[in-house]
Order: sequence, then C-alpha cells, then structure tokens
Amino acid sequence: MKIGLFIPCYVNQLYPNAAIATLELLQKLGAEVVYPARQTCCGQPMANSGYEHLTQSCNDLFVENFSGFDYIVAPSASCVLHVKDHLHTHTNEKAATEIRGKIYELVEFLTDILKIEKLDAHFPHKVGIHQSCHGLRGLHLAQMSELVAPAFSKPRQLLKMVNGLELTEIERADECCGFGGLFCIAEEAVSVKMGKDRIADHTKNGAEYITSPDLSCLMHMEGILHRNKSNVKIIHIAEILNSSPIKA
Amino acid sequence: MKNTLDHAALAEEFNKDEDRVDWHDGALWWIRQKRDRAANQTPQWEELREAASAIKANVISNLHDYLIQFEENLKKNGVKVYWAADAEEHNQIVYSILKDKDIKQMVKSKSMLTEECHLNEYLEERGIEVINSDLGEYIQQIDNEPPSHIVLPCIHKRKEEIGELFHDHLGTEKGLSDPTLLTRVARKHLNNVFLTRRAALTGVNFAVAETGEYVVCTNEGNADMGAHLSDVQIASMGLEKIIPERKHLGVFLRLLARSAIGQPITIYSSHYKKPRPGQEMHLILVDKGRSDLLARPDFRDSLKCIKCGACMNTCPVYRKSGGLSYHNTISGPIGAILAPNLDMKQHADLPFASTLCGSCSNVCPVKIPIHDQLYKWRQEIVRLGYSANRKTFSMKAMALTLSSPEIYNTAGKTGRWLLNNAPFAINNKFNPWYKQRDMPDSSQQSFGEWYAKNGSKTK
Repeated sequence: MKIGLFIPCYVNQLYPNAAIATLELLQKLGAEVVYPARQTCCGQPMANSGYEHLTQSCNDLFVENFSGFDYIVAPSASCVLHVKDHLHTHTNEKAATEIRGKIYELVEFLTDILKIEKLDAHFPHKVGIHQSCHGLRGLHLAQMSELVAPAFSKPRQLLKMVNGLELTEIERADECCGFGGLFCIAEEAVSVKMGKDRIADHTKNGAEYITSPDLSCLMHMEGILHRNKSNVKIIHIAEILNSSPIKA
Repeated sequence: MKNTLDHAALAEEFNKDEDRVDWHDGALWWIRQKRDRAANQTPQWEELREAASAIKANVISNLHDYLIQFEENLKKNGVKVYWAADAEEHNQIVYSILKDKDIKQMVKSKSMLTEECHLNEYLEERGIEVINSDLGEYIQQIDNEPPSHIVLPCIHKRKEEIGELFHDHLGTEKGLSDPTLLTRVARKHLNNVFLTRRAALTGVNFAVAETGEYVVCTNEGNADMGAHLSDVQIASMGLEKIIPERKHLGVFLRLLARSAIGQPITIYSSHYKKPRPGQEMHLILVDKGRSDLLARPDFRDSLKCIKCGACMNTCPVYRKSGGLSYHNTISGPIGAILAPNLDMKQHADLPFASTLCGSCSNVCPVKIPIHDQLYKWRQEIVRLGYSANRKTFSMKAMALTLSSPEIYNTAGKTGRWLLNNAPFAINNKFNPWYKQRDMPDSSQQSFGEWYAKNGSKTK
C-alpha cells in the first residue's frame, strides 16, 4: 500500500510535529509513505474567499504531486474536504477524479481503510474532542447533532484505544470554533467570541488538552488560549495516537 | 435600505457588550435545543424533511402551472387576485384597495414580505396608519427598528428594554419588566386596534393550489383576530409559497413549528378560503426577485424556504452577531443567500458572514444546501466584481505563491523568520489575528525541511 502524504501548507510551516506524528503513525501501522516534496496547498483559502477561479495552478500542482498513489492521506479534515469537493484540472481531469476518490483524512483512513482495532499509545491526560465542522459535516467523521440518526464518532473510537486517556465531554457537542479560514480575519470579533466560547465549554468540563482532526481550528483556539495565559493546550489527534507506549 | 457599515463592523459593535452576546447566544441556543428534542420525538423526521424538500422541488419546477391553478381557484372562491412584480407595485395595490374603501387604518400580522417591501412606511407617507399585531413586531415597530429574526422579531431585546419602551410609548409604570404584565398591556392596546380596524393584512405560510385556500400560522392568533374582524382582508404572498395539494400540509405543518421553536404545531393554523358575506378578500402574488432566483440554477433551491428560522437559531455567527448586523429584513444564513439575489452590491458582505460550518443545512426542514449556496454566492460576488480590489490583489499574490513550490518555501521560511526575529512586523494592530490571539509558535523548521533531512531515515 503506497500512500502519498499530503501535509497542508500551514501544518507544514507551523505544526511540523503533527506532520511527523502522522508520518510515523502510518509507518508504524505498516504503510509505505511518500512525501511528494513539491506540494504546497489545496487552494481552499482562495476558493472559500470566492476566488476558486484562481486555484487552477494550485490544482494542477496538486495533481502533479499526488497522481499514482493507492491513497492520499492528510492530517487535516478541512483540506481533504476541499480536495474531495473541488479538485479539478484542465490538463488531467482523469487523475484529478482519481485523487478525489482516494484522498482520506487521517482519522477516517485509520478507522475505515486500515480498520485498526488497537493502538500502542499512552497519553495520561484529560482530553476534549473538537469536532471540526468540515470533518464532521463534510467528511462525516462523527454523527451530526442536528440530525435524527444513530450516534458514532471515529475520533472517539480511536482515542478510546489510547492508554490512560480520559475523554471529557462538552455541552455543545459540535459547535463551530469560529476559525472559518479568512473569516477569522474578516469577522475578527465574532470569530474570537466563537473561539472563546468553545474553549470555555472544554475548560469548564476539565479538559487539559483540546484535540481535533483539524489543526486550523486548533491554531485559532491556541492563539486565544495563549493570549489568555491558559494552561489548556491544543494537540493534533495524530500526536496523541502516535504517543509512546508505557515503557515496560 | 441605506447603511454604511457591513456585517463585520456591525457584529463588532454588537460584540462590545459581551454579556448581551452571551445572553442572545444562550436564548437562541435554547431554542435550537428545543428544536432538537422535538425532531427526535417525531417518527421519521429525516424522511419528513426529504418529503418536504421533494414537494417544494416539484413546486419550483412547475411554479407557472400551480400559480395559474391557484389563481383560478381563488377567483372561484370569490377572492380578488393581483400580481405584483416588485415592492412598489405591491404597495400601490395595497394602497389602492384601502383608498377605494376610504380606510385610514390597517392592522397587519407578521409578514416578512411586507417588511421587505417597506409597506408600513409607504402607507404612512400616504396617510394610512399601520399597526403590527404580532407582539414581537409590535415591539419593533414601537422602537422604529426592523425585526432582527423572522420568527422572533425582537429576540435581541431584553425584557427590561421592552419595559422601558412600553413606559415611554404606552405609559406603563417605570421599571416594569414582567413579561406577563407587559404582554397584557400590549394585548389591551392591540384588542382596541383589532376592534376598530376595518382592514387587516396577513402574510401567507402555505397557499394550496388545489383548493385556492391559504394557511396562516401564528401562535398568538393575531392574524385571526385581525382577519375575522375586518371588512377588507388582504393577504400578501411571495410566489414560492405554493404547495400543490391540501394533504401536503400534513408534511409542512409537522415540520414548521418544530423546526422554528420546537413546538409540535403552531397554536393557530388557520385556513382562509372565502370571504364572509359582506367581507372582501384580496390576495397579492408578489414576485420581487423570485423569478430571477428561479433562473439561477445554483440558487433556486432557496425558494423552498418556509421561513422557520431554524438556520438562524443554529448559526453561531448569527447568535453571536445579532440579526440586525445583517442589515437585511431576512437575516442569518437564509438571509445571506436570499439577499444577494435582490441586490448584490448592497449585500455582497453577507455570504462571507459565515464559517461555512454547515449546521444551517442540517436543520433546514426543506433541506436547502445553505452553506453550499453561501460558497457559490462568494464565487458569484467575486466574478461579478463586487469584491474589494485589495482582496483581489492579495488573493492573486496568494495564488502565485501557492502555485510555485519555490516561492512557497521561501515565503514560508520568511514568514517564520519574521515571526521569530521581527515579531513586531506581524504582531501589531494592523493584524486582526493578533488583536485577541497570539500567533502560532514558529521556532521550528518546517516539516518539508525536516523531511529533507530525516525522511530517508524513517522507513
């Protein structure tokens, strides 16, 4: 099984540890992982701002980098959703179509493709899950609270395999954190208020860490936590799942 | 409507009073929770939504035929029918009906369409007094402010503020803020209005093509009070309010109040069909951009809307910015996809007042893909040139950077270097991120750099 590792632009630049954890975790689970060095971005920042027409060369580059793999895996639900919904190219639409069908966010790749049932990881902390909206309502990583439908949660399924980890609950299970791409700049006041309220829900329920399959949400909440000198930390789910087992 | 501030600026203003934001957010979240409970107690809720969506899809695909059928049946029932292309024409029709009967006062139940048409102002300029009889709208009218929510027009006001308003305008004692007592005062005033007005205007929730009847849903019974006591009954409806057959009400009436406020059904679901002896009934079918919307394949599904307001209650941006910050009669997510069709320049900011979280589409009882339409409106607004030049410039710069691995790597390195070595270049008041958030730690190498050194050592 040959996996193309897609590390979104801001993860690459600002959260290398999450990317390393993703790589190591996939290798630990027996996959052959390749990181195509000429990758940049999925184009979502432009597209969500109304400039999808400017993403053509980004898309071409993406197709050039990620053709020919069995799967493409990325530690970012939002970017994966964007590729699934919007990757098209004039030059090689056949390859683009293949990629749209083969790209997976890390959590769903572990639960649906590798179907892992146990993990050798240890993370003795209280952890709250932040459901990223694109992971939840776009990729259906968990059941959405608005729908009348059976409950499930892929991130929860994986975190339950981690030794010592205690999941904390929140009152508004899947409310948006207010990041929203350029929304966090254009609508700064509402964005920050939404982030503060998400954080408060986690902290009052005892979380030491907030984790998510999306670092963009976490980056936004981290900025607020840090500014307010909170002890609560953010951590990408890959880093928890890749944490070292207890030494015997 | 004239205004200079966009949603972001108005929302920032609203957020200066955090207690108010928390209270507003909490009140609407409570309604969202009531909606969830009601949905979960209804067998086959998701199938009902699917059915409602399909019925409305049929309606908008065959709108012409259903409208003609509805008109024929209205006429058979003795109702006078008018067609209005826009707000001006609609207002003229209402005025001419009233003028014809020499009526100077009218009572009006909740109708977002007439709010959009600015009917009250139009009639008042011509010497006709209009009283809104829905309690929330009545309060908004006293305060000379538009509704902030289509179902809960004054949800942004605290009871103490309403007490103040009543003190100033209705002569209640100062400091009175008990909701029951305030409601009694309003009722007393409104009862007098109902008894003395000869004309009543209502909106329409559902217009049944098959029978020519229309259904008006309220909790207060105010539409009924007005209509039953009037000599002249007028109804204004948007073209999209049609449903084909009476039996389809079984789907929509089960969805409407549950989605709106978590109540099994509205207290009053009144069917109006024929005038009483001696009474006149008039019905105005209003286009006002509906047929334009029908001609936009990407957006026509928004004509399915039954105006329940569920998308507003669930929207965290709406809850934390307030309905008035949308500077449009219909606010929230549904307002943000309806408004650009009416005036793209005026409402170019609204599709951007969203994180595209998608909760709106999930609560929508007629399954309008609201967040997909928000995304598509953004593309339209940019394509047609309603985006700021500096935004276009920065987007082009971003596209250039991200389409070249070399420029991208250099830019990433430069950005991280700046953050580490010259944080003042980024952490300043010109950076909206930094106002209330710190920048991420950038002291490390990028993953790409790490991989170039260590990639071969991993297996």
